[in-house]
Amino acid sequence: MSKRIDVHDLDIYYGKFKAVQGVEMTIEPRSVTALIGPSGCGKSTFLRSLNRMHEVIPGAYCEGEVMVDGVNLYGKNVDPVGVRRKIGMVFQRPNPFPTMSIAENVLAGVKLNNQRIKKSDADELVEKSLRGANLWNEVKDRLDKPGSGLSGGQQQRLCIARTIAVKPDVVLMDEPCSALDPISTLAIEDLIEELKADYTIVIVTHNMQQAARVSDKTGFFNITGIGKPGQLVEYDATEKIFNNPNEKATEDYISGRFG
Amino acid sequence: MRRPGDRIFSGLSTSAGIVILAALALVAIFLIIQAMPALLADPSEVRGGQGLFHYIGPLVFGTLLSAFIALLIATPLSIGIALFISHYAPRRLAAVLGYIIDLLAAVPSIIFGLWGAEVLAKGSVPLQEWLFENLGWIWLFSGEQATATGRSLLIVSTVLAIMILPIMTATNREVFLQTPSLHEEASLALGATRWEMIRQAVLPFGRSGIVSGMMLGLGRALGETMAVAIILSASGARYSWELLTSNSASTIAADIALNFPESSGISTNTLIASGLVLFLITLIVNMIARWIVSRRAEFSGAN
Repeated sequence: MSKRIDVHDLDIYYGKFKAVQGVEMTIEPRSVTALIGPSGCGKSTFLRSLNRMHEVIPGAYCEGEVMVDGVNLYGKNVDPVGVRRKIGMVFQRPNPFPTMSIAENVLAGVKLNNQRIKKSDADELVEKSLRGANLWNEVKDRLDKPGSGLSGGQQQRLCIARTIAVKPDVVLMDEPCSALDPISTLAIEDLIEELKADYTIVIVTHNMQQAARVSDKTGFFNITGIGKPGQLVEYDATEKIFNNPNEKATEDYISGRFG
Repeated sequence: MRRPGDRIFSGLSTSAGIVILAALALVAIFLIIQAMPALLADPSEVRGGQGLFHYIGPLVFGTLLSAFIALLIATPLSIGIALFISHYAPRRLAAVLGYIIDLLAAVPSIIFGLWGAEVLAKGSVPLQEWLFENLGWIWLFSGEQATATGRSLLIVSTVLAIMILPIMTATNREVFLQTPSLHEEASLALGATRWEMIRQAVLPFGRSGIVSGMMLGLGRALGETMAVAIILSASGARYSWELLTSNSASTIAADIALNFPESSGISTNTLIASGLVLFLITLIVNMIARWIVSRRAEFSGAN
């Protein structure tokens, strides 16, 4: 289920603009990796390149290698649709499908590609996924109600349930708590801790305490100036990054001297 | 204390709103007063000599039949074109295509009528005969004989479909473009292909817009006069499902246009009464549309 990711010499472009340059990173299975850095440093762009969501934007492309268990995601015969089925993503703002009920939202990914699923299996999967996202007890009586009627934090957990329902190898999270209140944030953080047992998780966050709380390893991205590409400045165990970083820039950022 | 500018603007917009309502009411009152004599007259005096219901009924049928078939042709086409423009075509081609579709809306209906009668009808005679011979077992394509001139109700509906295509495509394109990228990305990130993404995120979001577009198109198709009158010059008032024969139904608007200049007395009142019926039909169509749009508001993208 959970897989290892090796990123080798990855450059990411938006048309002619080089947004991220030369990333080298190894992400271990069943771990939480946090990506931090100032706005515009390319951490979200890098995250989106890990499941080929980056190229959804017209003109965007990558150069380099992203190996997942020895297979290059950017290889010639790799279908981006297949990549996204294996590597799920949770976005900054909760985005359940407004026209679907809670249960339909959970099953949205499973029902793609005309896959048929038995009613009993579907019910089981809905319950399992919602339990997995710590949402079952709150919504079990209203599974046929629209997902957009839930609170922001519940909607985000619904999106996580939808993502894990397709049993991905990796779950990417792009600032999943930035639109949520502290209580909901705590619920998501607890959930990340539990999901770690089964999935490889990569999370982009602006909240450094959050990175320190949830992650095993942390990567710090930075840019040298406006219009310059973002780079991975330092990547190490979270404890090391927050207590005794090798790079001056990392220390400045962590201690709040800029960013 | 409100500022003068505020007061003037609120007065202006309120009176504009009242003017619209007043115009609508005046039209309705005019229709009712002018139709009254035909409603009260002896059945033998009414056009056709067998009563109002007997005269207007088949025309209502023909109006609805031609408009619905036009809608049947135009809806999938307009959705397809709109999706191509919003989600498939390269940006520059999309702009050109959107512009051309909008131009289609600027063609006067009389031109569509002439083109339908002279070009489309004549040109499609072999196709219509083929339909008649091979698909004649479908009740819509059955009858005595396919018309030799090609000027059939099928051509009327086809021309109507082309005429309502621009407004429907424009509406659909607008709502498809407004699909929140949030939902499109949610779908793509689950491993949806582009078509699956469209079915999962774009079409559900655009459904109420599609229905509004259909109703706008239906409104135009119901009321279209010149194009129908030119193509179906030999009007007949009969209940007929036949689309290919000269024995087909006609529409209210075309019937009024063809017969009004030579009518007088109760005959004129009869035609106005049929106009009143058309007015009511479009009103009801619009109300149904509103109802459809609001019915699943809870699940719409608005909340």
